[in-house]
Amino acid sequence: MKDQADSYVTEDGRTIGPVVMEMKNITLRFGGVEAIKDISFDIREGEIRAIIGPNGAGKSSMLNVISGFYVPQEGEVWYKGARRPSMKPFEVAQQGIARTFQNIALFEGMSVLDNVMTGRLTHMKTGIFSQALWKGAAEREEIANREVAERIIDFLEIQAIRKTPVSRLPYGLKKRVELARALAAEPSLLLLDEPMAGMNVEEKEDMSRFILDVNDEFGTTIALIEHDMGVVMDLSDRVVVMDYGKKIGDGTPQEVRNNKEVIDAYLGVAHE
Amino acid sequence: MPEQLAYTIEVFLNGLMAGVLYALVALGFVLIYKASGIFNYAQGVMALFAAMTLVGIQNGQVPFAHLINAIFGTDVHGFGWSVHSFVAILLTVVVMIGLAWAVQRFVFRHLVGQEPIILFMATIGLAYFLEGVADLMWGSELKSLDVCAAQGVCLPQGMNSWIDETTFNLFGYGFFIDNLDIVASIVAAILVIGLVMFAQYTKQGRAMRAVADDHQAALSVGVSLNFIWILVWSLAGFVALVAGIMWGAKSGVQFSLSLIALKALPVLMLGGFTSIPGAIVGGLIIGVGEKLFEFLIGAPFLGGATENWFAYMLALLFLVFRPQGLFGERIIERV
Repeated sequence: MKDQADSYVTEDGRTIGPVVMEMKNITLRFGGVEAIKDISFDIREGEIRAIIGPNGAGKSSMLNVISGFYVPQEGEVWYKGARRPSMKPFEVAQQGIARTFQNIALFEGMSVLDNVMTGRLTHMKTGIFSQALWKGAAEREEIANREVAERIIDFLEIQAIRKTPVSRLPYGLKKRVELARALAAEPSLLLLDEPMAGMNVEEKEDMSRFILDVNDEFGTTIALIEHDMGVVMDLSDRVVVMDYGKKIGDGTPQEVRNNKEVIDAYLGVAHE
Repeated sequence: MPEQLAYTIEVFLNGLMAGVLYALVALGFVLIYKASGIFNYAQGVMALFAAMTLVGIQNGQVPFAHLINAIFGTDVHGFGWSVHSFVAILLTVVVMIGLAWAVQRFVFRHLVGQEPIILFMATIGLAYFLEGVADLMWGSELKSLDVCAAQGVCLPQGMNSWIDETTFNLFGYGFFIDNLDIVASIVAAILVIGLVMFAQYTKQGRAMRAVADDHQAALSVGVSLNFIWILVWSLAGFVALVAGIMWGAKSGVQFSLSLIALKALPVLMLGGFTSIPGAIVGGLIIGVGEKLFEFLIGAPFLGGATENWFAYMLALLFLVFRPQGLFGERIIERV
């Protein structure tokens, strides 16, 4: 096993950096139900890290813990070498962790461009009064942020719909707009909750390509949830496998594929 | 120009002016409802509270004078100075922002995620609480509010006679429009344009629209819901202040001022609870509608006083045939 602070180079020539986020012994309960049971894993800089598992395994709960939507009862979250105190989701976002949602949470009433621009909110620093007066600094800031937003819109090939209200878009494009909004924040960690759920084969291929391109082009660290094994194995550098709230496997796709517990969880084995 | 037509046009114009005032009150409702889903029953009382605070500061009244005198046996009433209108308005804005913060901090922060009916009940409680505080702070006697005359910041007094003369020369009939109504319309127009620009082009405005659209998504892009809610309540407080000034100047600052909230209800039914342009258009339609109805049908055929119920009848018709209002988001039930 590699040391936490080390970097290494993958077979396809990408450099994977030191650990940026570490979950230590996380336990999350809802009333009497344990959604996550004592799970630890880490995410390295620049890698694509997948969390997989059957339905109800606690994957989404895990993502919600990372993004601050759930507060675990036990365990520690370490981010960029320091223990993260209990935080509100918007504070987590301000720390550079962006996310998408399983059921798409876009601003339906706004255009695509406006949606992507909301992703830039954490980068806008001018105060409320200069903003309200709309002068100088605020104007320059708006223009600079607009450029970033447009670049991401180009990158994800949604220029054609940039002025369209999101509510009129088909499902697959909505997913892509949501990715664009998260990317606009230029996050140091990007969380994708089932980015390919409900897509057809073609849309899945597109989305996979975008995820790889984003990682390659911007060097963005990505943690994603997926229950389609095939897709995950092709995309990710390392995989955490969850089942019934427990971690049953962790390693490269190759290692995980040969893990007996993982095979059992997926193919189903009679439990005594 | 035939006399009857000229009268009708005059009534129409006066209706538009009255509509502007309804629209101002409705605007405060829309702001809060859009961003937080709270139907703020206390909006009318906020207008009353703002107007009383403004008058109190203007006249150099000591807040809570009765209370202080009762406890310490003193006999203070006023500071003995009067404050310039402009400064007094600024101070009142500060008070309204403080109120917004307090409302968020002590009431709605503890009610996040509750049923709409519970939030609504909380605003009813807030309305009575605020009415009591206003009474305790500034006393309950009727006060006159005069922002314009003393400082001469408003339109020259000759404005309405100018309109009267000009229209008389043009049409052979002089229209009478109240000075205050003209001021109210101009202020309302500036206010609405300002609000729309703020929402459309600033960072806070964008965050506000984000929160209005989807709370979860807004959190995920780093927007603090708490901050936005304080902002929205402050804006609603500011709108309440403007409405309070206009209504207060028209009919004096008294406790019945809080009842203008009830007139805003039919406006909201028409315009939709979530649309700023809807609040404006709805206000104008109600204003013009009730004045014209009274003039053309009510007074000659129904014995008059139709203004009291016309707005509610119109709202009822809308509820039956177009429940989302003219501009509201369409209600679609997905199965």
